[in-house]
Amino acid sequence: MTAADLYRTVALIRGFEQRAVELVRTGVISGGIHPCTGQEAVAAGTCAALRPDDVITSTHRGHGHVLAKGADPARMMAELAGRTTGLNQARGGSMHAADFGAGVLGANAIVGAAVPIATGAAWAMRQQGSDRVALAYFGDGAVSQGVVLETFNLAALWRVPVVLVCENNGFATSMRPADTMAGSVLGRAAAFGIPASAVDGMDPQAVLDATAEAADRARSGGGPTLLECVTFRFDAHHTWEHTARPRYRTDDEVAAGRARDPLEIQGARIPAATRAAIDAETAALLDEAVRFALDSPHPDPAGALDHLYATGMRPRAGAL
Amino acid sequence: MPNLSYLKALNRAIGDEMERDPAVCVLGEDIGVAVTYATAGLLRRFGRDRVLDTPISEQAFTSFATGAAMAGMRPLIEFQIPALLFLVFEQIANQAHKFSLMTGGQTRVPVTYLLPGSGSRDSWAGQHSDHPYSLFAHVGVKTVVPATASDAYGLLVTAIRDDDPVVVFAPSGALASRENIDFDALAPVPLGSGRVHRSGTDVTVVAVGHLVHDALAVADDLAGSVSVEVFDPRSLYPFDWQGLAASLERTGRLVVVDDSNRTCGIGAEIVATAAEEMRLTAPPRRVTRPDGAVLPFARELDLACQPTRGQLRAAVEKAVGV
Repeated sequence: MTAADLYRTVALIRGFEQRAVELVRTGVISGGIHPCTGQEAVAAGTCAALRPDDVITSTHRGHGHVLAKGADPARMMAELAGRTTGLNQARGGSMHAADFGAGVLGANAIVGAAVPIATGAAWAMRQQGSDRVALAYFGDGAVSQGVVLETFNLAALWRVPVVLVCENNGFATSMRPADTMAGSVLGRAAAFGIPASAVDGMDPQAVLDATAEAADRARSGGGPTLLECVTFRFDAHHTWEHTARPRYRTDDEVAAGRARDPLEIQGARIPAATRAAIDAETAALLDEAVRFALDSPHPDPAGALDHLYATGMRPRAGAL
Repeated sequence: MPNLSYLKALNRAIGDEMERDPAVCVLGEDIGVAVTYATAGLLRRFGRDRVLDTPISEQAFTSFATGAAMAGMRPLIEFQIPALLFLVFEQIANQAHKFSLMTGGQTRVPVTYLLPGSGSRDSWAGQHSDHPYSLFAHVGVKTVVPATASDAYGLLVTAIRDDDPVVVFAPSGALASRENIDFDALAPVPLGSGRVHRSGTDVTVVAVGHLVHDALAVADDLAGSVSVEVFDPRSLYPFDWQGLAASLERTGRLVVVDDSNRTCGIGAEIVATAAEEMRLTAPPRRVTRPDGAVLPFARELDLACQPTRGQLRAAVEKAVGV
């Protein structure tokens, strides 16, 4: 993975989020989204260290992860816009975006809930004799979820090939880690004997290097690794926040966070001409993604419960 | 002809499926030594890679199984205590069950959740005596409650082979039952296929799980005066509505006996559907646990909360106007 490739992924996620926020504000995307603007380095760096056949599970703030793992931006945008051409055929939306072909086993709207899912998938892949690994993303708020800590125990006990990535963006919705977390993220890993380190989550290359080491350990039978990627969310917890305007951080704090922009950090590592070319290419790609989404059909309400059962079983109707 | 116990039928079903399909694996607490017997001998036959004794971390290993299923395995989880389902309701109802739809059909989650000992075991008290099958039917998770050894075998095999999550409730009241059956006659039983254990013309008693045996006893008692048909739905979700409608065509009267709480219990759904869509010549009746019941410890108090043969007999007599 070259510096330019890493920059391309960061730029893709940034541009995607900007367009998605616009589509929320114009009513094209209903329900709103959790933008990951500012956190792109984590998605770009981690996925750059994975193979295409490795798998991830993601969070409610998962657009970056899904795109970085290789999902088609146009189909992702169509999914957010609720169109039949979306990754999940408009059944999942922003918080459940999944692309099994690209190794994305789904974003998950319950905090921490996907950590055991990734761990189970990693165990299964090892059982099947492959050296594929799984990577689970979760936020700083998730490290107070019981199921996450139970999973740390299982993963370490059974030396499961999973990489545990805590995206610590400083706020569990509005709550700071100091107000929600006794001890620390790394301390939780230490309790289970899981190797862990803190990573500069604004620097894509630093994230890539740490993840590559963790993925190697997993692949070679060394079990789980926890990475605490310290990052910063530039924008709202959810686009709804622009309406309610809760105040839980200062303008100075936001300005200081924004000063370490992964787009600039990685952009400074490549020639200006390369950067400009990537920016133009990305803008064209995303314009096309928006056009694709807007041109795609809305689903037929008659199919609202298609896929409810993998076996095709049909549920009874709610009215006679 | 061999005398097959219900527990041995469960054990045989798991073993047969593990033999048949290398993707089938078993997880649970104390399953290596087979504390419930359902997993007896599996560790010796299939090894620790496929028979995983888990830490006491129900939430983690339940979703762990979901992830393993998405990656191609067919895990079966054994829970020793039915109330543990409350602990993992998130992992089953809100995760495993929802992935097929939420992903637009990209994945399937073939996990089986086996409860070998659901409902009351005398005096196991408040947190060990629930029988929460109605909750799973309500959220649309495939829900199975076998009453006999051969059905336990056949439904568990089907559950393991099903591509969706399935909860298999083996009622503690049925575990000791035995059946004379040739092992070669054991076969998968499709979900959503009810079974008429006894034909009758006056009234249909729909009985769930171990209560099938009580219903048959009551039908015997009443044989001189009332002709009782005993219908066992075998799976509560999907439910064999056609089978029930056919039975009510014959009898026109309905009594449901169901070991779950009254409000929003499966009995309520059976009565409501019959009232809306089927032939009824008399008001339907229900015999259930009381509303909101928590089973008390003392044996007399425990039994006071469960449907009894006396209550069922009274309900049948009321339904037919005896």
